[in-house]
Amino acid sequence: MAMLKVTDLKVSYGVIQAIKGISFEVNKGEIVALIGANGAGKTTTLHTVTGLLSAQSGKIEYEGHDITRMPGHKIVALGMAHVPEGRRVFAELTVLENLKMGAYTRKDKTEIEDTLSKVYKRFPRLEERKNQLAGTLSGGEQQMLAMGRALMSKPELILMDEPSMGLSPIYVNEIFDIIQEINHSGTTVLLVEQNAKKALAIADRAYVLETGNIALEGKAEELLANDSVKKAYLGE
Amino acid sequence: MKNVIEQLINGLSTGSIYALIALGYTMVYGIARMINFAHGDIIMVGAYALYVGVSLMNLPIAAAILLSIIVCAVLGITVEKVAYKPLRKAPPLAVLITAIGVSFLLQNLALLIFKATPIPFQSVIQVPSVSIGGITISGVTIVTLVMTLISMVILTLFINQTRAGSAMRAVSEDKGAAELMGINVNRTISQTFAIGSVLAAIAGILYICQYQSLRPTLGALPGIKAFVAAVLGGIGNVPGAMLGGIVLGLIESIAKAYISTELSDAIVFGVLVVVLLVRPSGLLGKLKNEKV
Ligand SMILES: Nc1ncnc2c1ncn2[C@@H]1O[C@H](COP(=O)(O)OP(=O)(O)OP(=O)(O)O)[C@@H](O)[C@H]1O
Ligand SMILES: [Mg+2]
Repeated sequence: MAMLKVTDLKVSYGVIQAIKGISFEVNKGEIVALIGANGAGKTTTLHTVTGLLSAQSGKIEYEGHDITRMPGHKIVALGMAHVPEGRRVFAELTVLENLKMGAYTRKDKTEIEDTLSKVYKRFPRLEERKNQLAGTLSGGEQQMLAMGRALMSKPELILMDEPSMGLSPIYVNEIFDIIQEINHSGTTVLLVEQNAKKALAIADRAYVLETGNIALEGKAEELLANDSVKKAYLGE
Repeated sequence: MKNVIEQLINGLSTGSIYALIALGYTMVYGIARMINFAHGDIIMVGAYALYVGVSLMNLPIAAAILLSIIVCAVLGITVEKVAYKPLRKAPPLAVLITAIGVSFLLQNLALLIFKATPIPFQSVIQVPSVSIGGITISGVTIVTLVMTLISMVILTLFINQTRAGSAMRAVSEDKGAAELMGINVNRTISQTFAIGSVLAAIAGILYICQYQSLRPTLGALPGIKAFVAAVLGGIGNVPGAMLGGIVLGLIESIAKAYISTELSDAIVFGVLVVVLLVRPSGLLGKLKNEKV
């Protein structure tokens, strides 16, 4: 059974239909990439899955629960975390306060401390800057904070929206390495990326979104070899 | 000299009340991005609730104070739920007009129930005045200063040190991201209205103990002054509201004593204009530096 199963999802902003009936699934342990051009509807899809937007129709199931109409703040507790587009760290809160916000739904203090030390181990920079306001971090550091914050909820599934956006090439490589590490340590990943080449390189499967519809889907290596994907998304 | 110090203490005391009210404006603005123009009338409701408790129900003072605080908290939450929440995505002007409507509604309900004739009210604060070096400070003033200080310390600790306080700060920065953390945004907004209203109730109680007379419009003037204080300090900024209130009270008191009673309000607004010309986001407000 799929961990996340989206069926015939439609989402609209007023009269503009951004998602026109898409179906996809993510299985436990996978990295699934969702790629597509600007405005294809990738962010809209993720926001609908985590309850920031409501679906017009269709169904979203997570670990057997129907979460289509569930308010966003209840979804985290089911084990799904979302690293939003543009990072959206709390600029006026310290790095540590941001991380603690990530663990907001968790109660056990010692377990939270344990996760915190794991996050610090993965992102040593965050520990060095734990008392600094998040707004003063560099873009790459903010991305790490956004990821660390999501990991603080100890998610089974993590959704990431363009984690490499606006980062220098060194950071981009680091971020993709970290995504793989997160996946190897047992967290399933749904990855939205503009950087299709890198995303397909680490993904197991992928979906190509074109103006609200899924145009293509398949194994990541097959899509990497696909001529139309090469032309449209890989710049070859 | 003695006179100056007395005026400063008076100013500090009036300013404390403005500050307590200004906190409600600023916290609500911070979290809901709206000016709750009905906030001043919460003070009025708090004052009448105290009167009902003390004079009509003959409750012990502490119980009457608690009643006033609870009534205001419930009212604040209810107003948000009924009037503002449905407008969360509406244009700011619609929200503003609704808030003004709520203000009129509360004033007119008070008018209907308690009539327009001012009701005299004996201060419930039975603290003797204190004389230091020939300067006399009234009991009401002492209690006002102490209560304000305690409220501010508790509020600051709550906002900065507790989980709910961090959640409040997170929601005021980014509701969507806060929701993704598992924070119930609606509940956090409710809590903020409740806290603002509790502070307004405390302000109302202190205010009515100074002025000793109840009218349905009694909240309007301190309400508008506190709003000015919140803007002066930097709307949305909690220490700014505290500072703005105190500064406003001091200016007003000095202006009344040494310039002109009639002109004191004009001077207060004049200071606001000058401050906003120099620092458009208020004394402690941050200039928005939009990051890409
Ligand atoms: N708040 C909104 N109101 C109206 N239309 C919107 C809104 N947000 C997005 N859209 C529209 O929905 C469509 C999908 O947008 P979305 O942000 O999901 O795209 P995306 O694939 O994430 O793009 P990008 O790669 O640029 O982030 C676009 O046509 C966009 O203009
Ligand atoms: Mg997007």
